Amino acid sequence: MKKILILSGKGGTGKTTVAASLIEYLNSKTIADCDVDAPNLHLILKVKDPKEKDFIGSQKAFIDVDKCISCGECAEKCRFDAIHPFEGSYKVDEISCEGCSLCSLVCPVSAVSFYDDKSGTLQKYTGTYDFSTACLKLGRGNSGKLVSEVKRNMIIAETEEYAVLDGSPGIGCPVIASISGVDWVLLVAEPTLSGFSDLKRIVTTAKAFELKMGLCVNKADINMEITNEIIDYCKDEGVYYLGLIPYDKTVLKALKSSKLIIDIPCEAGNALRNVFKEFKQVLENEK
Amino acid sequence: MKLAVLSGKGGTGKTFISVNLVNSAENANYYDCDVEEPNGDLFFKSKLLQELPVKVKMPNFDKEKCNACHECVEACTFNALALIGKDMLLFEDVCHSCGVCTLVCKQKAITEVDKEVGIIQVGEFGNSKIVTGKLNMGQSSGVPVISGVLDLIEEDKLNVIDCPPGSACSVVESTQKADYCLIVAEPTSFGFHNFKMVEQLAKVLNKPFAVVVNKAESKNNMISAYCKKNDIKVLETFFFNRKIAQDNSRGEICTSFDNKMKDRFVSLLESIKDDWQRSLK
Repeated sequence: MKKILILSGKGGTGKTTVAASLIEYLNSKTIADCDVDAPNLHLILKVKDPKEKDFIGSQKAFIDVDKCISCGECAEKCRFDAIHPFEGSYKVDEISCEGCSLCSLVCPVSAVSFYDDKSGTLQKYTGTYDFSTACLKLGRGNSGKLVSEVKRNMIIAETEEYAVLDGSPGIGCPVIASISGVDWVLLVAEPTLSGFSDLKRIVTTAKAFELKMGLCVNKADINMEITNEIIDYCKDEGVYYLGLIPYDKTVLKALKSSKLIIDIPCEAGNALRNVFKEFKQVLENEK
Repeated sequence: MKLAVLSGKGGTGKTFISVNLVNSAENANYYDCDVEEPNGDLFFKSKLLQELPVKVKMPNFDKEKCNACHECVEACTFNALALIGKDMLLFEDVCHSCGVCTLVCKQKAITEVDKEVGIIQVGEFGNSKIVTGKLNMGQSSGVPVISGVLDLIEEDKLNVIDCPPGSACSVVESTQKADYCLIVAEPTSFGFHNFKMVEQLAKVLNKPFAVVVNKAESKNNMISAYCKKNDIKVLETFFFNRKIAQDNSRGEICTSFDNKMKDRFVSLLESIKDDWQRSLK
């Protein structure tokens, strides 16, 4: 079983479009969407009615106004600027509070207590796929913890050859949490100055995990000069270059009709098939 | 005015809109809060004036004073500390710099030391300040960098805040102090789904907001239909245009050489200001 994670650095390069088609191409049944603060993979795979479970990411502080003597010690000491004066007493802002408990330690009258905070919902779709994902509650931190939980929820059957995980943009905690433990990263690059700059940041970040990386350039013809620079960059960094996908409006149409781009005979679909063919060869050769 | 530019989904054109708004305004600054992948200055190529390191506090343990009482390990709600024999072990990645361990240590064995997690670059572009937050690679939380970027806001100017994608804590940090939110939405099923998440966020944070539709194929699209139904203002619609996409890929600012685009961004700015003024009444 090999775990393949799709990443890009920059957002909107086509991670989910590539992930959905790769799932079909590799006939992968064990899948996950790790982009917990903007999940989209479920939209294209036409899955329904997930089993849901609350995810308690941390605790949050609560100030008992009857006990509070309004000394302000908690507000002054809080490192997260989460406590503010409110109607003659003090109130905790649940979005800023990280549940560290410093306020309760400095409160002279024990007015602070804690409650479990639901920071997201874990979701599991079964049927065609064993599909693990989650939805972070708006504005919550702990997205890294939630991603780790999404991965723990994947049931990896021994007989399965490939598991595909859709990642999130950026290089921060959800990305780092999604990388740990995977075998391969498939990068979807975009030939823009922004896309290239972001690609370098994700490659450097992922390199620390010593895993193998493959790359395709999406919307390649938007800027062939940068596309060629990306190909050279791959060689320098030891990233397997797998091919180009042209900009093709059919991708938008496919998305609109909830079809997979590799199922439609078109330029982008054919190019993506070739990328996957190349990728599968690389995967099989390392056995 | 503090204007936050948001999107939910990545790649809808937050930076495109933000950069061109700043370039079209008389007196505006740009703040890149997408600190994991900052891109705005690839367009401005500003003259670097200043670099400010962003630091957080990390506990440091004095072995001589520590009596291995375990109190700090128990008190840390993030499980960032472990005691191995008589040695304290700190997992820096999960440490939230909250200060609890230092507070509970009776031996006064813990002091706090600075750790650099990112950098803020301040550049100059015409009379605009270009402020870019960059999270160091391998660091997990961009929140302290975002907070440092927003400390440089100048109240008497138009401050355009280019936010990170998603709807997590980093987006809230970038948006919390804004007067007004502009949501850049892409009319695809993915874009629509994530747009509704940020719309919710703007509502929860109680911010006035409006929408710009980008990469559209027609004026009538799923975003405009939703906005009409829910009484949300769409201030402008930009169609997908290969020429603009190509200029943008090279890091060119289209309002610098395309007068029609310049006019559209100038009137977009007017609409934003008008709508904000109306919301104050």
